[in-house]
Amino acid sequence: MIRLLSPAIFLAVVAALAYVPFVADSYGVTLGIGMLGYVTLATAWALFSGPTRYVSLATVAFFGIGAYTVAVFSETIPYPLLLVTAGAIGLGVAVVVGFSTLRLAGVYFVIFTFGLAELIRQLVTWYEVNMAGTLGRYIFLPVTPEGIYWQLLALATITFLISWWIGRSRIGLALKVIGDDEVVAAHCGIDIARVKLALFAISSVIITLVGAIQAPRWTYVEPVIAFNPTISFLTLIMALLGGANRLMGPILGAVPLFLLFEWLSANFPNHYSIILGLVFIAIVFVLPRGVLAFAEENWKRWRRTTPENLPAVAE
Amino acid sequence: MNSFQRRRVLRTMALATTMLAAGVMTGFAGTAAAQERKSVKIGYAISKTGGNAGGAGITTLPNYKLWVKDVNDAGGLEMPDGKKLPIEVIEYDDRSSAEEVVRAVERLATQDKVDFILVPWGTGFNLAVAPLFDRHGYPQLAVSAVTDKAPDFVKRWKKSFWMLGGGHDYAKALAKILADAKKSGVVNGKVAMISVADGFGIDLVTAARPAFKEAGIEVSYDKTYPAGTSDFSPMINEAKVSGADAFVAFSYPPETFALTQQSQVASFSPKVLYLGVGTGFPAYGKNNGENANGIMSLGGIDPNNQMNANYRKRHEAVTGVAPDYWGSVITYASLQMLQEAIKRKGLDKAGVSAELASGKFQTVLGETKFEDNQLRQLWWTGQWQNGQFVGVMPTERAGVSKVMLPRGEWKKK
Repeated sequence: MIRLLSPAIFLAVVAALAYVPFVADSYGVTLGIGMLGYVTLATAWALFSGPTRYVSLATVAFFGIGAYTVAVFSETIPYPLLLVTAGAIGLGVAVVVGFSTLRLAGVYFVIFTFGLAELIRQLVTWYEVNMAGTLGRYIFLPVTPEGIYWQLLALATITFLISWWIGRSRIGLALKVIGDDEVVAAHCGIDIARVKLALFAISSVIITLVGAIQAPRWTYVEPVIAFNPTISFLTLIMALLGGANRLMGPILGAVPLFLLFEWLSANFPNHYSIILGLVFIAIVFVLPRGVLAFAEENWKRWRRTTPENLPAVAE
Repeated sequence: MNSFQRRRVLRTMALATTMLAAGVMTGFAGTAAAQERKSVKIGYAISKTGGNAGGAGITTLPNYKLWVKDVNDAGGLEMPDGKKLPIEVIEYDDRSSAEEVVRAVERLATQDKVDFILVPWGTGFNLAVAPLFDRHGYPQLAVSAVTDKAPDFVKRWKKSFWMLGGGHDYAKALAKILADAKKSGVVNGKVAMISVADGFGIDLVTAARPAFKEAGIEVSYDKTYPAGTSDFSPMINEAKVSGADAFVAFSYPPETFALTQQSQVASFSPKVLYLGVGTGFPAYGKNNGENANGIMSLGGIDPNNQMNANYRKRHEAVTGVAPDYWGSVITYASLQMLQEAIKRKGLDKAGVSAELASGKFQTVLGETKFEDNQLRQLWWTGQWQNGQFVGVMPTERAGVSKVMLPRGEWKKK
């Protein structure tokens, strides 16, 4: 009974979300695009960074690669192939970067990924200035906002399923071991480099696709627009709010935070940054391990039925 | 047992969030009820924070505020039946993010249901919102967007208007000045050129290279630098030894100010000095005093246009800062055109757009009209002359000042 219930609920939710563009107006669709975009980004980010605890700020590097690929090839390659090309480029970059850097750990990895976004932005700028002789490209694709919404919904669904599958597969277990202790993992016979690389690549390709799908909304793309570092930070804070090493965590972080940002910028346009900063501080202090962990702890305390010293492992 | 409960919590929370999200998305709609009209709603999203805030805060936002104050002080926007309705402003900060500006304009159109939307700042952002303006039927008076593709955009978005010309216009005007100076023996026909590796600099330098070639000007030094460069002495020294006596920099404001200072320090005094954005800022004239004389850039004004002079005084009195000499006055003129078109056609967006495209308007620029949805009565080149930044190109336009070359040596302070 329970076994059948969760897939049924999942299907119902996806179907309901797919139906939204028929009832919501264009602003609703716009909101939906932003929300699904961040849900996908946060889930994809948590896919790699959650279990391994490698905090990556390279989100916007791949997001930007996706957007730029669409901008560069939008007139020469048909649309579905465009997404494939973007994904392939993202994969290529992820593999090269992953090979060379996943041996880094801790704060070095954070700094490297932050630098990576800037590096790619400068490379694109250099290429555009010196080779293409232009900066800023136009995207005129006949993609409607509804089309973007459905594509993002499909991508979000796939990402969620991948995340669910990895959570209960051998590779997921391997990742958790790596996250807890790399030395132990190596001694257990886990090929650390390969597992990390595989996950980093999957996560990066999904992020690249989010950028590629959203790019047609901007009409005009230049490096400053495509490689906006805010995207990296927002993704990170959303995943952390929800709880990065749980299946539902990134979703529970991304949806309320996105709606909060939207509400703030609609109602407090002049105080947005201040309030945002306070929210971030509050998250770090009140919910350091995420909403889900917080809810569970309090649930337990309220029920007082479970032993206190059970380690709170992810399901 | 334990895991079952946990799962139940998770599931409940997930479900609640989804329902909340769906509810909010559909529920946000339909809040604005039809009431008797007491005001005209005008909305805009502008970069009040982030990388674009500097430009938006000088060229665009003060003029929006000035115009709203001017209109409301006069009783409001006049309708075709003579009734006056005050302006109600809805303002959002796009935080210099393309995704945010798109969402804010969508919000203005569908949630706030504003009567007219004013444009954001910058070429990229004006293009990002152009499909939205078009879809919701709003006229788009894009001021701070320099683009050579305006004729194409006009075909794509029939209600869009492009008011600041394209890179080719400015580059050709400069090439003509240099060619004329070469003919009269003022300069030797060699030019050293640097440009910022960003939208504006690249646009202009790619337009300038062929324009100079066509005009018989030799480019003896041609370098691109990344935005944010602060030390220009190597470039200035190389330009010095390149044999050129004209120096052109398609630069952004911080670099424009730095270049001016560092050229003085290096005693680099080319006969023609042309700098980019920032030269037309009032602070530039104030900081450099007599030394600004003869320096050229984009934009300019007609010093004898009394309406423009009044506008500049009022701008300074109301907003506390003087307007720049390039986009500011055009921004204000675009708002006057909108105001006049509303007076003629009311709040009908299609009618106002058609009127903007075909009508003639009295603005601070004088008589103003669009040609193929583009404003072409612009000063392509301006020059500081006696404390004012005056238009020197195109020479056939009324109110033009004569270009003064060569500019003198730097005066030591």
